[in-house]
Amino acid sequence: MWDGCGHMTVLTINSTAEDHKLAYLAALAISLMWVEAAIPSPLPGVKPGLANIVTLLVLRQYGLRTAFWVAGLRVVAGSILLGSFLTPGFVMSLGGAMASLAVLSLAQYLPQRYFGAVSLSVLAAFAHIAAQLAIVSAWLMPDVNVFYLSPVFAAAAWVFGLSNGLIAAQLLQRSSHESAA
Amino acid sequence: MNIVRLAPTLLRRGDLGVLFAGILAIAMLGIHYWTGPVGDRVVIKRAGTVFLNASLDRAFNVSVPGPLGITRIEVAQKKARVLSDPGPRQLCVRQGWISRVGEVAICLPNQVSMEIVGRVRPYDSLDY
Repeated sequence: MWDGCGHMTVLTINSTAEDHKLAYLAALAISLMWVEAAIPSPLPGVKPGLANIVTLLVLRQYGLRTAFWVAGLRVVAGSILLGSFLTPGFVMSLGGAMASLAVLSLAQYLPQRYFGAVSLSVLAAFAHIAAQLAIVSAWLMPDVNVFYLSPVFAAAAWVFGLSNGLIAAQLLQRSSHESAA
Repeated sequence: MNIVRLAPTLLRRGDLGVLFAGILAIAMLGIHYWTGPVGDRVVIKRAGTVFLNASLDRAFNVSVPGPLGITRIEVAQKKARVLSDPGPRQLCVRQGWISRVGEVAICLPNQVSMEIVGRVRPYDSLDY
């Protein structure tokens, strides 16, 4: 910025409270993703996806736009941290996250009286694995019938979708109790 | 906290519907991909190209060279299995015998895969 006397001064980027909130939530999601990367998996690609709990909480408390930013930041910054940026693993992570958000953008309108965080979590988990299988089939292993393994991946999505959904539902309930109190 | 009072709000009626629909979807995928007819041939691929396309009628062993070493495949009694593989996880070896159309064993690190096919490869909705 110019100080009025023709000299260059320090350029500051004004970060808003909204930016700080986004960064905080993305950092939370990245740390979950990072912890999870250390856990060995029985089958490549089968992971609990704990970071999706953060996406669900953000969706319910701040809306789709913030959830989109948090998930996007998590995928990009998380992959840089794990050293997988722009690798096939990164593309699969991004594809899964985008498919989940696309499904969540519709599923968030389900009546909340009947459909809680578990519904959102299970639907998002199925979208996540469907997109990843499609990416592997179309791009990474076009000559192999990867859908043969789809029942295993779908079953894992069901289990982890349920468990993450229950955790998210519990946390949402607690926070609504706190705000009510 | 009272878990009995808490549980219904964590898991709502629609959630149970979604979970049930999920089980149905998994079962349908399983039926579609795992209960096909018994196959007639095995197609072994290496790095995406066909290495061998052989009948399951006659028993034989074959060694498939990949970037990590030799993957050995055995065919006997109209079934096929990976006998040994240099990969670290041994997923394709532990998978054991496969015999139904559409079944695959993938030794990903060594870029070797084998798939059971029928006399005429069946088309499913994904091929259209």
